Parts: sequence; C-alpha cells; structure tokens
Amino acid sequence: MKTFLFCVLVLLAILIGAYLYRVLQGPTIFDRLLGHNGISTKAIILLLVIGIYFERVDMFIDISIGYALLNLVGALALAKYLEQKETL
Amino acid sequence: MIFSFEIPLLLLLLVTAAGAILVKDLISAVLLLGSYSFFLALVWAWLGAVDVAFVEAVVGAGLGTVLFLLTLFGTAPKDTRLRRPPPSLVTLIVFPLLGVLLLFTANDLPEFGDPNSPASVHISPTYIEQSYQETHTLNVVTSVLMDYRSLDTMGETVVIFAAGIACALLLRRNA
Repeated sequence: MKTFLFCVLVLLAILIGAYLYRVLQGPTIFDRLLGHNGISTKAIILLLVIGIYFERVDMFIDISIGYALLNLVGALALAKYLEQKETL
Repeated sequence: MIFSFEIPLLLLLLVTAAGAILVKDLISAVLLLGSYSFFLALVWAWLGAVDVAFVEAVVGAGLGTVLFLLTLFGTAPKDTRLRRPPPSLVTLIVFPLLGVLLLFTANDLPEFGDPNSPASVHISPTYIEQSYQETHTLNVVTSVLMDYRSLDTMGETVVIFAAGIACALLLRRNA
C-alpha cells in the first residue's frame, strides 16, 4: 500500500510538471491562470495523499480545505484585477 | 528508501522560482510565486511540519498573491527593466563560494528525525513533561508560545500589527 501511494505521489508530481509547463510557457495570461488553478487542485490532492501516506489524514484535510478556499480567493482577486484592467 | 519524494518537489520549487525571476509579465510572476508557495507548503507537509505548511499556504499562496495584485493595481503590469545588467564579477565569485560554504556546513547538521539532535534533547523534554504543571494549558504548543515565550510573541504581534497598518494605509483607495 505504501509503495502504491508513493507511486501516486510521484505521478501527481509529474502531472504538476505538465501544468507548470503551461504556466511558464503559456502565451496569454489566461493560459497561465488555468495552469495555476490546475496546479492548485493537484496540490490539494497531493496533500491528501501525503496525509494518507503518513496515516494522519485528519490533520491534512484541514490544510487542504484551507488551500482550496485560498485558491478561490486568489482566483477571484485575479479575475477582479483583469476586469479592472479591461475598463481602464 | 533511496529515492525520496523531496527531490521532485524541490525541482518544482527551483523551476517556479527561476520562472518568477525570468518571466517578463508581472502578473505571470505573481502566479508563479503562488505556485512556488504551494510547492513550499507541500515540502513542509512532507517533512511533517503541518503547521508551517498551513501558514505558508495562507500567507504565501493566499495573502501574498492578493497583496501583489493590489500592488499591481497601482503600478504598471510590465517589467520595464527588460534588459538586465549582467552580474558583476564579485557576484559571480562570492555567491557560489557562499553556496559551497552553506552546503559544507549543512553536512554537520543532525539527521532528519534524529532523536539525539540538540533540538530534541535540550529543552523540548522539559516543555513536554512540565508545561501542564507550570502553565495549566492542555496544548503544549500554546503554552510554549503564550507562556514561556510570551514576550517574544508579544514583540512579533506588535511587528505584524504595525506591518498590517502600514499595508492598509498604503493600499487604501483615494489616498
């Protein structure tokens, strides 16, 4: 079971690399924004898998909920920023 | 375990940090810094420092992104210094030497999770054994922060309060 979870962790890290390519390379801001959101969701799942790996998932669920909420706040702030720049 | 999971996380950290410096568009740099904080928090969580990971996620990924964006509201979104001057000779000599020195000293640090390291034999046992009798607080971390190191915590709180007021004054509308 530990080996399986470890493989899941490494695969998720590789997947994050794919999103990171889009964030670094993306021609427009929206590509980067979508890549960043993908990274955040993968980071939440990665955190939960780390929690299961250490068999202390109750503590890690709290952090991942915090992550998810903050991710929403960040996306909203960026959306607000882009909207404001459009009107300027 | 020969292959440890820190290595891919640290690689991702390096890539995001370099990207945030090299990218020309400042909004993209803010996004990359947000991803950097996420990865740093993952490293903390993997090493078992869950509280530090939580703070890194809240401050770095959440508050940091919002504050950077608020700053971008008042400034230009492009990095105007497109042509950076090349690093000077002193920089090229001193910083690699500093890195080598730090790696050399890191060799002498105790192993991760070593029960005989100075941090876990000097004062931690005293806190764990006597904090309830001395402070009547159920949570050891709270008793350390709010009782044994209460002056230190008060200083920190004053600094954070001053920084918060300064941010609010700088970022208010119609200033």
